[in-house]
Amino acid sequence: MKLSDLRYDLSIIASWIEPGSRVLELGCGEGDLLHWLKKEKAVKERGIEIQESKVEKCIEKGISVLQGDINEEIEDYPDNTFDYAICSQTLQQVFEPRDLIHSMMRVAKRGVVSFPNFGHYRVRMQLALTGRAPVTKELPYSWHDTPNIRVLSLLDFQKFTEDAGVKIYKQAAINTTGNQRQGRPITVLPNLLATYGIFLIGKE
Amino acid sequence: MSEYTDSSRTGRTVGLVEKKTFTFAGPPDRQRLESGSEIGPVTLAYETCGTLNPDKTNAVLVLHALSGDSHVAGYYDPRDAKPGWWDTMVGPGKGIDTDQYFVICSNIIGSCCGSTGPASINPETGKEYGTRFPVVTIGDMVEAQKALMDHLGIDTLLSVIGGSVGGMQVLEWCARFPERVRSAVPLATTSRHSALAIAFNEVARQAIMADPNWNEGHYYSGKKPDMGLAIARMIGHITYLSDESMRLKFGRKLQNRSALSFEFGAEFQVESYLQYQGKKFIERFDANSFLYITKAADYFDLARQYGSGSLVKAFSRCRAKFLVVSYTSDWLYPTYQSREMVKAMKKNNLDVSFCEIDAQWGHDAFLLPNDRLDHLMAGFLKGVSDEIE
Repeated sequence: MKLSDLRYDLSIIASWIEPGSRVLELGCGEGDLLHWLKKEKAVKERGIEIQESKVEKCIEKGISVLQGDINEEIEDYPDNTFDYAICSQTLQQVFEPRDLIHSMMRVAKRGVVSFPNFGHYRVRMQLALTGRAPVTKELPYSWHDTPNIRVLSLLDFQKFTEDAGVKIYKQAAINTTGNQRQGRPITVLPNLLATYGIFLIGKE
Repeated sequence: MSEYTDSSRTGRTVGLVEKKTFTFAGPPDRQRLESGSEIGPVTLAYETCGTLNPDKTNAVLVLHALSGDSHVAGYYDPRDAKPGWWDTMVGPGKGIDTDQYFVICSNIIGSCCGSTGPASINPETGKEYGTRFPVVTIGDMVEAQKALMDHLGIDTLLSVIGGSVGGMQVLEWCARFPERVRSAVPLATTSRHSALAIAFNEVARQAIMADPNWNEGHYYSGKKPDMGLAIARMIGHITYLSDESMRLKFGRKLQNRSALSFEFGAEFQVESYLQYQGKKFIERFDANSFLYITKAADYFDLARQYGSGSLVKAFSRCRAKFLVVSYTSDWLYPTYQSREMVKAMKKNNLDVSFCEIDAQWGHDAFLLPNDRLDHLMAGFLKGVSDEIE
């Protein structure tokens, strides 16, 4: 499998992972990223996913996955069980993100976090011009049915890591198109122009 | 576990199979049991389907539940009305694909389905053992199955798979012979019975022992404790269903009548169903075997046996890659019991997958045709096979 077989944001995460490492993915969906990493980088993979049908898809791919809530399931792992704990596009749905990031830092040497950027100009424009809660491709729900209860911008996350004593090792601001399959890096004014942010973090 | 499902949905089958037996621990040897007693010779009935590869790396051991037998798939005779008990899962292109894997299904010590049990002849007396048969454990059953694997020349099992009491045997295999089990699928099972499960078993046993025909277990030359065994089975069937499944299946519907009769015959459909299950069971099962196997299930306690009470410590012995599956409506071995096992496995850094299948059919769900379980099983086994190559 080629790196470009993956969704664009996942391909960036995949490129950051060292071959042969131990990887935990929180909210691994149908296991596309873990499957790719297992095949192409020979990682030892573990996934946690709450939806039964997605768990089935993962296990069908031969990936080790547990059905359960990420906040609860992560607690059972001993310290430093993994090289990486990945939380891809799930952080904004977590009730206690600070606790989750601390747990990620406990069970793994490095964390990877990605989320839709609420600082993107279209989000800002919608609120400014229509006076209503923004609904975008990346955050497509209305205020009353959204699972995304913790919307944040790239700057918010950077500030959060400083306060939480977490170090950012790498970051990528990206803009995706075509159902997120393609994309490109954003280097100028990322908090305004990027639709997603991806961060590699670790303990200081 | 419930009566067998009727037939394969796909029409694909392993075809004709035969009941085989293996006898060991003949004189001067005996099999030493966990209780300290000894027994010999010991016969195990088993069935095989598929082909063992030259490296002997594709053997899958399937273990059956309380009232099951070694006839897992296919037919003994083309005229048989029903195939083996897990024909929906085991066969060409099925969840456990007999085109890929060599499947062995072993019966257990204590059973009445071709293996040494209380209805077998005690060589010392020339009569049936009856209750002189020693109390056996899940560990004793697995120890005998290991002798069968040695006999078949299979050193390492690709997977050990089983539900309910079969799942207990799976867990026992993983703890007792960790080097011989590459992967394991405990389905709808528990690492130890809850008080609820023991309570149901005890009422079932009491029903048998209260039957005047039981005669302290020595009934083989006279009338059998059929009523007691039928009631025991009826109790079992309640635990295999669920409130929801009974509501959907029977509700308060009456059987063959439109009004209440104001008599004590079977009027409600659920009564009629239970009586039918009880009657069917006495035709094929021995009451003493029921006593012995339920006792073994009640005694089973992985944490006590291998971890001085700690399940985490017990699993520290295990090496297998696990797929644990539970069912939402199983009130005999509810999901929390599977989660306990999964938690203990994780703490030992074991490679474990877990899925709770949404099913309304209670404990019995693991025996019913289910695409999700088929897919989980096929994917998991393929993953384990790929890791060998």
